[in-house]
Amino acid sequence: MNFTNFGRYLLLLKSVFKRPEKTSIYVKAIFQQMNFIGVGSLGLISIISTFIGAVMTLQIAFQLVSDFIPKTIIGQVNRDSSILELSPTISAIVLAGKIGSAISSEIGTMRVSEQIDALDIMGINAPGYLILPKIIAGITMVPVLVIISMVLSITGGYLGGTLSGAVAPAEYIQGITTDFNTYTINVALTKAFVFGFIITSVPAYEGFYVKGGALEVAQASTRAVVVSCISILACDYLVTQLML
Amino acid sequence: MIEIKNIHKSFGENEVLKGISGKFEAGVTNLIIGGSGSGKTTLLKCMIGLHHPEQGEVFYDDREFTQLSFDERIEIRKEIGMLFQGSALFDSMTVEENIMFPLNMFTDQSRKEKLERVNFCLERVNLEGRNKLFPAELSGGMKKRVGIARAIAMNPKYLFCDEPNSGLDPKTSIVIDELIKELTEEYQTTTIVVTHDMNSVMGIGDYIIFLHEGKKFWEGSNKEISKTDIAELNDFVFASRFMKAAKEKF
Repeated sequence: MNFTNFGRYLLLLKSVFKRPEKTSIYVKAIFQQMNFIGVGSLGLISIISTFIGAVMTLQIAFQLVSDFIPKTIIGQVNRDSSILELSPTISAIVLAGKIGSAISSEIGTMRVSEQIDALDIMGINAPGYLILPKIIAGITMVPVLVIISMVLSITGGYLGGTLSGAVAPAEYIQGITTDFNTYTINVALTKAFVFGFIITSVPAYEGFYVKGGALEVAQASTRAVVVSCISILACDYLVTQLML
Repeated sequence: MIEIKNIHKSFGENEVLKGISGKFEAGVTNLIIGGSGSGKTTLLKCMIGLHHPEQGEVFYDDREFTQLSFDERIEIRKEIGMLFQGSALFDSMTVEENIMFPLNMFTDQSRKEKLERVNFCLERVNLEGRNKLFPAELSGGMKKRVGIARAIAMNPKYLFCDEPNSGLDPKTSIVIDELIKELTEEYQTTTIVVTHDMNSVMGIGDYIIFLHEGKKFWEGSNKEISKTDIAELNDFVFASRFMKAAKEKF
């Protein structure tokens, strides 16, 4: 995103946060988007998180070969990695692909088929009507998905570790309950909030300014996912630097 | 009544509109005609605020439109109905939801009142009982009629139609044209139709503006259009062999 695009992105956000024409219609749209972003992504996030947790446990166990390091460390490392980095970031990147491309192509198709012009002609603030419910749903549902992802990742670690014999159940449980710093949850939720905003607003921007036809909508969709992923990683670094 | 004064619009180096003026009265069907690339749709988009002209003014019953901000334009926009070339129906909504959409946004009517209005509009365009269909389930002509029903849902004072007959067979085109004319006369709307369809021109053109290369070349009614000696207009009107033969015969 160059500076011109960033300026246009900020101007679009200014239009998005204008007073809604009718709150009840926006509230309905927000719940629809929460259903799409939250409930619709639950299965994917669950599968990915469980497997990542399981794989993480096996890899940590593989690397900890020294007899001087207690096996409880495996659970501890898996817990902190999942909460601080894997659950928020991997979930966000997966959601950027799934939700970001859907948002970008939905709004882009509306642009090229004159549906956004129709909203403008009716006197409706199109950025607000189309984008605000998505952003609100994103910043509320992505943190919820990240919390679920944390739980499943740690559970996946338990299953992977105990089924393979890499770690005993009691050792893993002791590991995940030892020296737990609740501040890490705050860091993870802050990341999830920021990522939720990026995942919805960046693809919406890409879709909103599409010009042309089907090819351009597809290109905007690809660009939306790429820019979202890069923004997520940059903001991940920034939030980590600021909060830890 | 809508009046435009000296509208200029360029896209980069390409000057599309070169100072167009005109006055469109209420209760008659006003047509903007011209060949492809003559600036018809651009002029329409300048009038409704989708394009911003570099120069010129647009008056809606003496209310100057071009200088208003987005928020200030909303009041005028609530009085505008628009039929788009591709109908521009909301894909994810049924026919009923499409027509009800502006009512939901801008009125406090009860669900029953809104439904009555939707059914009235559907009846007006001969699509009774199609409430629950989605746009993807409609033919081109039906989409246009739903587009008209949505455009008239709020009882507009101004009705704009961009190429209402594009992609339709001649019989359906006539149905759409007659519907536009009927609604215009019945509700005394200021109707502006952008078209290059000669059947529409001859059938419903009460007042016609002919554009060529971004300039207004001629204005008049459908009764006068075949009697002009302007070469550019004659090239447009008598482009088809049928029309040429008709001219030679009469």
